[in-house]
Amino acid sequence: MDVPSTAERAAGRGPDADRESVIATRGLTKRYRGGQLAVDGLDLTVPAGSVFGFLGPNGSGKTTTIRMLMGLIEPTAGTARVLGRPMPRAARTVLPQVGALIEGPALYGFLSGRDNLLRYDAADPTADPRTRRTRVAAALERVGLGAAAGKKARAYSLGMKQRLGLAAALLRPRRLLVLDEPTNGLDPQGMREIRALVRELAADGTTVFLSSHLLDEIEQVCTHAAVMAQGRLVTQGEVAELAAGARGRLVVTTPDPAEAARVLKEQGVGDVTADGERVTGEPPARDLAEVTAALVAAGVRVRGLTVERASLEDAFVALTGEGFDVAG
Amino acid sequence: MSRAETAPAPADRRPSPLWTFGLLRSELGTTLRRWRTLALLGVLAAVPVLVGIAVRIETGDGSTAGGGGEGPAFLAQITNNGLFLVFTALAATLPFFLPMAVGVVAGDAIAGEAGAGTLRYLLVAPAGRTRLLLTKYATVMAFCVLATLVVAVSALIVGALLFPLGELTTISGTRISFTEGLGRALLIALVVAASLVGVAALGLFVSTLTNSGIAAMATTVGLLITVQILDQIPQLHAIQPYLFPHYWLSFADLMRDPVYWDDLVRNLGLQALYAAVFGSAAWARFTAKDISA
Repeated sequence: MDVPSTAERAAGRGPDADRESVIATRGLTKRYRGGQLAVDGLDLTVPAGSVFGFLGPNGSGKTTTIRMLMGLIEPTAGTARVLGRPMPRAARTVLPQVGALIEGPALYGFLSGRDNLLRYDAADPTADPRTRRTRVAAALERVGLGAAAGKKARAYSLGMKQRLGLAAALLRPRRLLVLDEPTNGLDPQGMREIRALVRELAADGTTVFLSSHLLDEIEQVCTHAAVMAQGRLVTQGEVAELAAGARGRLVVTTPDPAEAARVLKEQGVGDVTADGERVTGEPPARDLAEVTAALVAAGVRVRGLTVERASLEDAFVALTGEGFDVAG
Repeated sequence: MSRAETAPAPADRRPSPLWTFGLLRSELGTTLRRWRTLALLGVLAAVPVLVGIAVRIETGDGSTAGGGGEGPAFLAQITNNGLFLVFTALAATLPFFLPMAVGVVAGDAIAGEAGAGTLRYLLVAPAGRTRLLLTKYATVMAFCVLATLVVAVSALIVGALLFPLGELTTISGTRISFTEGLGRALLIALVVAASLVGVAALGLFVSTLTNSGIAAMATTVGLLITVQILDQIPQLHAIQPYLFPHYWLSFADLMRDPVYWDDLVRNLGLQALYAAVFGSAAWARFTAKDISA
């Protein structure tokens, strides 16, 4: 069987691509009753087998999108297909194959961690009651809550609640995991564990749709990403391509910054800024060897000259023109 | 092969038709493990104890209780037969305590889960909106039966401990055996439980309107009090036959010999009407609602 590469699939826009992709939305729009446009004509394509990062400032429509994908909110216009089937119409066949953590965990405080999971599993019509206890115990072990399973969820710390929410998403083998801010409230060690878990699940073939405001997290674990701002999709594609889209910076380290800045401008370097011993600018089209030679010829003492690779954060700022502030 | 195709397909197993009962069992267990539910049942169990002790103290000197004809039905007969405490306790709790307890549980059913955020996880499990609503309604009705039985059993125990038991006299003046009296007590408890079906449906509908469990409970109990007041205003007699508590005390007709069925049937019909109207309204609302909590 000839399977197109994930890049081809992500780029594809035809109906075939919709069937291949795990999530595909066309013109997905949500206008709330107050008239506020939360999501505006979203065309999102999540390729099968990807770890897909969903980025955007608070209030950019990420959570509304996730709720529409999970059939919790009816779209005002447009369509959403999850695992090739329309949502929310096919919710009963689609959702058992989807594990979800939406806007943080929600638990019954008066029930133990184990009983919380037993209840959520009982709500799944396709879950086998005979294997329920075994699966609950396995899910608790997997997120490191085995020892705290009998404790009332009310007494859990934020990190433990987050882990229990993840365990609920992992009660059964899933084809798609939708994780909204999965590392929220976790300490650095916990974050590492969750990232390792996400990689492990992805290696097993589960598609992971991960929303996060932590760019380095997306960069570390995701193969693909989409960026939202003010309800609209700004861009989507492979993480490497997105980062490459933003140009790197030429960095010259020198004890003679003023002279270096002058020479760099002469050499056609744009947007030159000097900060202490660091002079940076947009890399010129010409060979960097010539730039180096010119600096040396002008008597500039050069300690180092590199091009720093653009991070996803640079790409994000370039795309949205803003940092991670709340959208107004 | 792409990776996704090698992943197991968990939806292969067809849902068992009995699954709904698994969800119902989980729902019942969850409801009964809330301290709030237990506190309500505790209050209901305490009412017959208080009535029994009060009657016992008042009649300790040989006088009859409720001599002036005041107080709940059957109060005067308790000293002769402890079984009458069951009827008295149900008559005392039906106007307010019982429907209030049902209103709290029904009002919290959907709104409480929405407020805690657990509703979204039940729905993406996916429990299914119609099934979840039906499960919630079945649970509230089970609570109606349980709450009534708690009052009745508590009253029976207190009555047996404090007063003599034996043959009893019906309202019509005929005498029936203790066993038959016990049977009628059970029947009355079931009719009282059925009388609460209307307020349960009303509470469930209110519960689909908000994301705050407290607001839904307060609204339901507020509506209950308002309707009870309207039912007492003589000028409103034209609408009173349509108010859900109007025929509540008709359960006393089961203590007639022969039983007088007219008001009992009217009561059950009215409850069924309320269940149909507000049940449909709750369904229409809940299945079309955006779950944003």
